[in-house]
Amino acid sequence: MNLTLYVWRQKGPKDAGRLVRYEAKDITPDMSFLEMLDVVNEGLVRNSDDPIAFDHDCREGICGMCALVINGIPQGPQKKTTICQLHMRHFKNGDTIYVEPLRARAFPVIRDLVVDRGSLDRIIQSGGYISTHTGGVPDGNAILVPKNDADKAMDAAECIGCGACVAACPNGSAMLFTAAKVTQLATLPQGRTEAARRVCVMTEEMLSQGFGNCGNHYECQAACPKGIKVQFIAKLNREFIKAKLT
Amino acid sequence: MVLDGKTPSGPLHEKWDKRKQEMKLVSPANKRKYRIIVVGTGLAGASAAATLGELGYNVEAFCFQDTPRRGHSIAAQGGINAAKNYPSDGDSIERLFMDTIKGGDFRAREANVYRLASVSGNIIDQAVAQGVPFARDYAGYLDNRSFGGAQVSRTFYARGQTGQQLLLGAYGSLMRQIRAGSVRLHPRTEMLDLVTVNGEAKGITVRDLVTGEVSSYAADAVCLATGGYTNVFNLSTNAAGSNVTAAYRAYKKGALFANPCFTQIHPTCIPVTGEHQSKLTLMSESLRNDGRVWVPKNKDDKRKASDIPEPERDYFLERKYPAFGNLAPRDIASRAAKEVCDEGRGVGPGGRGVYLDFANAIDRLGEGTIRERYGNLFEMYEQITAENAYHQPMRIYPAPHYTMGGLWVDYNLESTIPGLFVLGEANFSDHGANRLGASALMQGLADGYFIISYTIANYLARTTPGAVTSDHAEFLKSREDVACFTGKLLAINGKRTVNDFHRELGRLMWENVGMARSEASLKSALSLIPRLRAEFWENVKVTGTGSELNQQLEKAGRVADFLEFGELMAADALHRNESCGGHFRVEYEMPDGEAKRDDENFCYVAAWEYKGADKAPELHKEPLAFENVKLAVRSYK
Ligand SMILES: Cc1cc2nc3c(=O)[nH]c(=O)nc-3n(C[C@H](O)[C@H](O)[C@H](O)COP(=O)(O)OP(=O)(O)OC[C@H]3O[C@@H](n4cnc5c(N)ncnc54)[C@H](O)[C@@H]3O)c2cc1C
Ligand code: SF4
Ligand code: FES
Repeated sequence: MNLTLYVWRQKGPKDAGRLVRYEAKDITPDMSFLEMLDVVNEGLVRNSDDPIAFDHDCREGICGMCALVINGIPQGPQKKTTICQLHMRHFKNGDTIYVEPLRARAFPVIRDLVVDRGSLDRIIQSGGYISTHTGGVPDGNAILVPKNDADKAMDAAECIGCGACVAACPNGSAMLFTAAKVTQLATLPQGRTEAARRVCVMTEEMLSQGFGNCGNHYECQAACPKGIKVQFIAKLNREFIKAKLT
Repeated sequence: MVLDGKTPSGPLHEKWDKRKQEMKLVSPANKRKYRIIVVGTGLAGASAAATLGELGYNVEAFCFQDTPRRGHSIAAQGGINAAKNYPSDGDSIERLFMDTIKGGDFRAREANVYRLASVSGNIIDQAVAQGVPFARDYAGYLDNRSFGGAQVSRTFYARGQTGQQLLLGAYGSLMRQIRAGSVRLHPRTEMLDLVTVNGEAKGITVRDLVTGEVSSYAADAVCLATGGYTNVFNLSTNAAGSNVTAAYRAYKKGALFANPCFTQIHPTCIPVTGEHQSKLTLMSESLRNDGRVWVPKNKDDKRKASDIPEPERDYFLERKYPAFGNLAPRDIASRAAKEVCDEGRGVGPGGRGVYLDFANAIDRLGEGTIRERYGNLFEMYEQITAENAYHQPMRIYPAPHYTMGGLWVDYNLESTIPGLFVLGEANFSDHGANRLGASALMQGLADGYFIISYTIANYLARTTPGAVTSDHAEFLKSREDVACFTGKLLAINGKRTVNDFHRELGRLMWENVGMARSEASLKSALSLIPRLRAEFWENVKVTGTGSELNQQLEKAGRVADFLEFGELMAADALHRNESCGGHFRVEYEMPDGEAKRDDENFCYVAAWEYKGADKAPELHKEPLAFENVKLAVRSYK
């Protein structure tokens, strides 16, 4: 099939950037969206043009690197699917596709579709962990975790840190991302000791990194490729109130 | 050069304690005077950097992704082994040790493997303490599953995302140290050279992947945890960015490269669909717990799987290896699949595929149970193939997956360059000629959490901190060399893209240095690779400049190294006149088609020394002594 692409091109953080039209020819349904971009890029290089810069690594939906915006939707139109796992069989011959970077105040564009998501790391740095030391820990089975809690913690831990939730949010909030980490650790007995401090410092850090606050729009959940649920935001709020009360 | 593995003397189970006793320590007050570089922040690098930072050293950590949480380790699906014996099914440190030695086809160092098995339990404890949500049973205890090459259940898992959860645990610890100021993180930064001063590793030269700036960092010791080189095959299960560059450039600076031909082909991957393909997706080996592998008994049987009656199906793994059945080790299962496809009994487009069928398991356990165990894998399979594996069998085929070879290290994880330590998949140490499933995560974390902190102190205690700075002449020269290398790539302005060269190299390697190697195929690789390399340096096209984010340039550098490294792999495979583990030479085969080892002549580690461009590398041998396990024919029948 043949497609028309409008791709965001921006040389650097200070460049204004614009949409540029490309034709993607002879695309097969088995290709992933990124493989389609590979084909376009090889054509650009052969013509001595600069290829489109985009982030990617695992190409199997787990590293979270490849997030971008297709036709206005962060992580693309396919539910619970990263861009690298989106296959071209979901498009039709003749389609026009708009491809843009994740847009958020806390994610400055580096080049084309590549953005700086270091602000998410800094939220984790503020307290998104259990402060263990290497060695000197009890036997794994000394800490019993009810299966339901382990499952819930795992549901929250599936977040791949892609940032699609932020780009989908009208306020540019990283609440879903933050809530996922808070929930994972607060649900496990190992994480309870630091739960109160954790929820406070992480929320504070989120705001100081330039992310907005949560306005209950729930666009984050719709965009999330890993099915992270807004219920975790409710859990974060509960943890927050608990922390402030004690 | 005499290769001294520096294995401690004494009984096997006392060796590591003994070594810990012998080794020098750095006092708490002195630790902060030392600077350590850790390149790579996958499982091995992140666990090492966090642990060393926590101990009080100054750590500089580097990775080419935008954050450590995206390291290739994140993709590991199935699980991590540990000899906890929680299910009381007869597991022990000895058994994990024996399984690993045998799985590696008797080509690993006994002492290393024993140490790995003995610290395996601590890794699980550590991960649990970090909040890794391992699977639990209804009573709240840790759950286990079984994996290939083992008759006990010792694999811990977090759904199909064990690597992700373990990496996020290590990443959390690393982030904590970054906040504390003991570790400085350099993401989107690629190491392009190792700097040695008076023969010792004292720093690295890097390129900032955003600005293109080339700079150097000096330190008192360097750790490489830069992963494996499977992408020499182009199509593999590895992340697109995985590469050999850091290890290869250390090799060019004098570190020996061990057993480069020991590569692992994973039996259960989604088959190739076309020329455009950029990667092959693994379907976790854990699926073989419940899936049955089969092909039609008859050649060119084009019927749908469901139309082929039971008596006309060949469950070839169960037939050939009744004791292990579908859980035969990877190398054996891969070769068996290739064999039936070579006979014309393969399924799916192109006939390069075998079925992995869950129909029996669904009948027995119900679709719900199978969904709970493997739901995300079935989803991934459907996203890629548009086929529903609950209703029809999966199609799978072997694909390059893991590299047992790597930089040579002694028992202390130190390479032949003093002060250069190598961790995780980047070293050669523990898996011999074949790695068992769920043992790579174990090894990377053992190296990073529990071994390097002891052994690096022993080196540092004998050095003066901060002795060299990055304005030393060796650093200047290194920066010039790197700038010259990138300049050369940009100046060629030829006609073929970098990907085009990578595809051709990959095909060549897969056909000639892949699952079944012969003297003729290896000789042909040795004549084709230099030709392709010469063409690359005349005809590759990289647009843009060196002083900006330039992904073609990054990839060109990595492919340039693969084009040299591939030759080393082929040379190693050609010299090893035996079949063992993942290295299968068609000339050395038992009457029943199994690998024929030659312990008399090849019971050694082959470590190669770089001798200069266009010169043959020199082979050094580290003999392997088996004092605790009897060398035996590996049998899974
Ligand atoms: C799909 C898949 C599934 C797997 N499943 C399992 C499993 O279930 N169980 C198991 O035990 N094993 C599994 N493995 C194997 C295992 O994941 C890897 O062997 C292991 O994670 C390697 O870890 P590592 O830390 O050594 O390297 P990696 O995780 O590969 O990390 C390499 C690091 O080095 C950095 N780096 C590389 N080169 C440079 C450079 N030049 N400059 C700067 N930084 C650099 C990268 O940025 C990265 O941070 C799987 C592998 C794959 C591909
Ligand atoms: S919550 Fe979902 S969308 Fe947000 S970073 Fe995590 S995986 Fe991505
Ligand atoms: S490339 Fe890793 S999630 Fe898409």
